[in-house]
Amino acid sequence: MDEIAISASGLAKKYRIGLRRDPYGRLSESLWNALTYPLRRRTGEDREDDFWALRDVSFEVPRGSVVGVIGRNGAGKSTLLKIMSRITEPTLGRAELHGRVGSLLEVGTGFHQELTGRDNIFLSGAILGMKRAEILRKFDEIVAFADIGQFLDTPVKRYSSGMKVRLGFAVAAFLEPEILFIDEVLAVGDAEFQKKCLGKMSEIGEGGRTVIFVSHSMPAILRLCDRAILLDRGRVVVDGPTHEAVRRYLESGPGRTSSREWTDPATAPGDDVARLRSVRVVPDGGGPAEEIDIRRPIDIEVEYWTEAPGDLRPSVNLHFYNDEGVCLFINNDWMDRRWWSASRRPGLVRAVCHIPGNFLAEGRVIVTSVVSTYNPTIVHASEQEAVAFVVVDRSEGDGVRGVYANEFPGVVRPMLDWDVEQVSEAVAGRS
Amino acid sequence: MLLGENHKTESASGAWGRQVVVLEPHHGWRELGLGEIWAHRELLYFFIWRDLKVRYKQTAFGAAWAVLQPVLLMLVFSASLGRLPGVGPVGLPYPLFVFAGLVPWTLFSSSLTGASNSLVVGEAIITKVYFPRLLLPFASVGSFLLDFVISLGALAVVMLYFGAVPSLAIVWLPALTLMAVVTALGVGTFLAAVNVRYRDVKYVLPFLVQVWMFASPVVYTSTLIPAEWHVIYALNPMTGVVAGFRWALVGGPRPDDLIFVSAVAAVLVLLGSLVYFRRVERTFADVI
Repeated sequence: MDEIAISASGLAKKYRIGLRRDPYGRLSESLWNALTYPLRRRTGEDREDDFWALRDVSFEVPRGSVVGVIGRNGAGKSTLLKIMSRITEPTLGRAELHGRVGSLLEVGTGFHQELTGRDNIFLSGAILGMKRAEILRKFDEIVAFADIGQFLDTPVKRYSSGMKVRLGFAVAAFLEPEILFIDEVLAVGDAEFQKKCLGKMSEIGEGGRTVIFVSHSMPAILRLCDRAILLDRGRVVVDGPTHEAVRRYLESGPGRTSSREWTDPATAPGDDVARLRSVRVVPDGGGPAEEIDIRRPIDIEVEYWTEAPGDLRPSVNLHFYNDEGVCLFINNDWMDRRWWSASRRPGLVRAVCHIPGNFLAEGRVIVTSVVSTYNPTIVHASEQEAVAFVVVDRSEGDGVRGVYANEFPGVVRPMLDWDVEQVSEAVAGRS
Repeated sequence: MLLGENHKTESASGAWGRQVVVLEPHHGWRELGLGEIWAHRELLYFFIWRDLKVRYKQTAFGAAWAVLQPVLLMLVFSASLGRLPGVGPVGLPYPLFVFAGLVPWTLFSSSLTGASNSLVVGEAIITKVYFPRLLLPFASVGSFLLDFVISLGALAVVMLYFGAVPSLAIVWLPALTLMAVVTALGVGTFLAAVNVRYRDVKYVLPFLVQVWMFASPVVYTSTLIPAEWHVIYALNPMTGVVAGFRWALVGGPRPDDLIFVSAVAAVLVLLGSLVYFRRVERTFADVI
């Protein structure tokens, strides 16, 4: 019999937008509201400033399965996770969790900058739900996994961001809940460590643990989850096999535009070090950017504001994905060596990445734009699936495809140099 | 069904004997959930340990502040108010008198301030992980108990200096300390919950603490207040605590009436605050 680990029915969450805009209410406002309360209509209906972050979400998860939750920004993923991990209550509906629950909504939950790595292992472990005896028992393993060696008794504020992430994940990795909720935490840390974490997570799934995993990373979702839930504007759109949910996700949403612009720095993605202003797809020679001939070079143009770069060197990274969520390649503006070594001043920066013609395969290409710094590795501005375009091959004979009109596999379609010559006119075995 | 907001083992379908957590909206008043606090006592200990460690680490004088604070206030009040006739009781050196009041007062005022700010300071974890929110103000108060014990040492030195020998009444000290803790917990959890939504608390608090000190017999003797006013005077729980503390340590007539009224007031304040806290607790993560 399949034991049910999680069952949710009709979960909904309403936020009052006014509350979100001004989270620190003023006492005077509240007193005024209290005074005028009897004069106002007292109905249960929705107010204009109500916002449903989640509506009528129902699902069941059998014990031991790993389920991914995907969706655009604002689709309700985080809200769902916050309800499931008991941080906030649903406005409507009900859910049951059968088993010890653990949640991992950030790396290094409860870390205190002033305390040492050793202290923080205990503190974070306890906050995440471990008993003291349990932490003591696993202490050496945690230290080994985090690989922080001689810095164990150094205050965490002196750690590099990479070390903090490793330590935070190490503590979390040794939690032993029967149900685990994980949010996007793998989006941080270096690739090597991400791999280690993903490995650890696979182990978790195999250990009979139920895992709910929220992520933007389609490759990670595809690799780890056998089932996925796609949320859109607070509702469940797909609840089924991962590849299907991923396909629907990639087909939908804002990943269709070839040009993005943020006119108001206050709402643009980013921080003081880097804030995105625009991301554009510009085909060589101009013209429409939604559909681009495979033979034409393409520029991806990213503009960002930087207010206070300090000693940091913001750098633009572009991640290219195809329709199946496969990462085609990643590129970085350090290819411009002159810029890379120049010192950075506040202002507007434009970075243009030139993609040669006859390089991408046909089909939709989705570009994620990130501005980050190294040492320490910090993501300052990130827009998932900022722009997209479709590469078309008209098979007019001068491309890689030539006049061949059938399916032509491959995630890229570079036009490479070949040298072919007649070596002799003799055929083996004959003279 | 018994499955409220606490972790409870579902015995009805006990085939697996697993814990079942039910998530659903709550409206109105809830029970206090003290069982859950008890179940999380280890985490409470870790929060206290963290507060102490950070506090003593970040300050140059560390634990010495626990002593310096009341001692400096004692010097200030002795040099000013203490020179006025009739402020202290007859036959008791004013510095000793005021210090015996300042020691419990400092426990209360530091605990109250710490508890009131505990949720706002703990915003990062409140929005990232579940645990009974009451642990934060409780831990804050708990961490100041160590400071209090240290300052008791200083009080012993001051008593020794003035040759004051405590009577058997000293056995009441733990109960009176508990009363101060209950009061700090009561007012602190209430203000902590209000602080989540209205940061005005931050500005009101220093003022409140100051006014409250003069509403309690810390720097003057409670006998200055006419006996017919004592019931109202003692509605401030710190009146009974401070007057009782002084009686337990340096003697004088036992302020029975004050202690009794104050004890009742303290318990009522704590109960009321806990009920209020539990009612608004579910919105903390959304509005903090």
